[in-house]
Amino acid sequence: MTFRLSSDAIRLVIPALSLSLLLAAVFWLQPRAMSYIGLNLLFNLAVPIALATIAQMLVMAVNDLDLSMGAFVSFVACVTATFLRDAPVIGILILAGAVAAYAAIGVVIHLRDLPSIVVTLGMSFVWGGLAVLLLPAPGGRAPDWVRWLMTVKPPLAPMAIVASIIIAVIAHFIVKRSSLGVLIRGVGGNQRSVERAGWSIVAARATAYALAGLFAVLAGIALVGLTTSADANIALRYTLLSIAGVILGGGEFIGGRVSPIGAVIGALTLTLAGSFLSFLRISPDWQIGAQGAILIIVLALRLMLNRLEKREKRR
Amino acid sequence: MTIRKMLLASAAIACAAMPASAFAETSAKKIALSNNYAGNSWRQAMLTSWEKVTGEAVKTGVVASADAFTTAENQATEQAAQIQNMILQGYDAIVLNAASPTALNGAVKEACDAGITVVSFDGIVTEPCAWRIAVDFKEMGRSQVEYLSNKLPDGGNLLEIRGLAGVFVDDEISAGIHEGVKQFPQFKIVGSVHGDWAQDVAQKAVAGILPSLPDIAGVVTQGGDGYGAAQAIAATDRKMPIIVMGNREDELKWWKEQKDANGYETMSVSIAPGVSTLAFWVAQQILDGKEVKKDLVVPFLRIDQDNLEANLAKTQAGGVANVEYTQEDAIKVIESAK
Repeated sequence: MTFRLSSDAIRLVIPALSLSLLLAAVFWLQPRAMSYIGLNLLFNLAVPIALATIAQMLVMAVNDLDLSMGAFVSFVACVTATFLRDAPVIGILILAGAVAAYAAIGVVIHLRDLPSIVVTLGMSFVWGGLAVLLLPAPGGRAPDWVRWLMTVKPPLAPMAIVASIIIAVIAHFIVKRSSLGVLIRGVGGNQRSVERAGWSIVAARATAYALAGLFAVLAGIALVGLTTSADANIALRYTLLSIAGVILGGGEFIGGRVSPIGAVIGALTLTLAGSFLSFLRISPDWQIGAQGAILIIVLALRLMLNRLEKREKRR
Repeated sequence: MTIRKMLLASAAIACAAMPASAFAETSAKKIALSNNYAGNSWRQAMLTSWEKVTGEAVKTGVVASADAFTTAENQATEQAAQIQNMILQGYDAIVLNAASPTALNGAVKEACDAGITVVSFDGIVTEPCAWRIAVDFKEMGRSQVEYLSNKLPDGGNLLEIRGLAGVFVDDEISAGIHEGVKQFPQFKIVGSVHGDWAQDVAQKAVAGILPSLPDIAGVVTQGGDGYGAAQAIAATDRKMPIIVMGNREDELKWWKEQKDANGYETMSVSIAPGVSTLAFWVAQQILDGKEVKKDLVVPFLRIDQDNLEANLAKTQAGGVANVEYTQEDAIKVIESAK
């Protein structure tokens, strides 16, 4: 065999395959979904999840885990629905401060050698508290430009698809094609050798966290653009969804092995799985279980592929 | 000339057909229930009522189908996705108990734009294109104090048990109670605890505050907390005050026992979970072409000394007293809002 797929490409095969399979099943169950509007309805809520998944992926690239993702996105949503609309300058300053806070968290985790799970879990209460302070009761309104951005109807493909592709391409270039991306993944892969090569690990981690904060901010803004208003608990699911999205998309918890395109596909798959189950009319009591089953099946497939890969290498 | 005549004729037919379409049959219409949470007895009763009443309506051909969907995690984003799926599934109306009054507005707007009738109840949404069947929680709180003022004309000290902090319903009922106290100044709220609408939490909270309180004449509650309060007070040597109940089966049972033993008198008030069926009929009426105001108010279910036994007998063990609404009830509610 002369033609061989790179291991990165193989990693993308399973997520892409499961997404197409699910999509085919959804189209078969509900032919109405096979249209411009249908695709947009199926996938528009996946856009903020995809952004949050990219954010989570950046944190996971440096071997950390962000348990404050959902609370942070909720907080950003509250800022977007209040300050960003009424006083854009203050709103932008707050969001910039939040990104800086993310970078600072990265620095603290690195310098004090703290477990990221504990720090981010603690931060999730901080973000949650700030969100409740901003919006004690659900409310606020999306800024008009955000609303326009999320309901725009581009030609050829619906917004949700165009946005997903743009997110995937940009993240791909940052993580896979830039020297910064190599450095970030290097920290996850082998921190010591990166350090010995003369790079600053603190700077790399801080940048990874700041980028994660930036993508999470975009996720919150996108979410408010879809829902038109915010509440303090709006995105709590995103913590687990984003982690599941990264893993579904071929990423791993350690070793700096992440795939931005896969992460976006993972986020789309997770969203689609929910629609698929509701089109199947599975009773709500079984839905959580069924959703879990889909996850397990995809992960099992990947594990099998990993084994094949290893066996190939040994030969 | 023929074209002109044909045009006239078709216009005439269109005019003649108009009134008929205004009273369109709903037998081909599909209605969906989007529910955000099913994890307590109230919600379970709500879903059972929906199944019972809509099942009958589907069988008799009033509507084509009425499916219930519940989200797994009680999250607004998940429910928004659920509503968008319903749009794709081609439902004509969506009856909605929302996880958030505002966070679903985007999805609700999408549904309205697709020509779908959206009726929200209990957990209502603020999107103007949707209908709202709201509960007058303030009045529910105020009526408790009014009842006490009839029973205790001299007034006295009240203990207030609140619900889950930070939830809209808790604020509303509490505001109503305080309004009632303003209206009947012979009463004074001497203590306030959060019972989270759960008997065990309420019992602990009341037991904790009791030693610091003077004599209490009445306990005003929010439902799901009356039995716990009674247990906590019974454990002391205090005289049992009038505890307003919240239609839960354990509360009604305890009240019945006390009534038989020593003629204990109180009342019980809450929202009937069957309000889902009222929302169903309202949606059906809107699909039928009826003119319906966007904001409707649902009556709450009150149980008094004389109809206690009847209601207790109808209430399932561990459940909530319930009424299921009929099409006539819905028409009455719609009429009264005009």
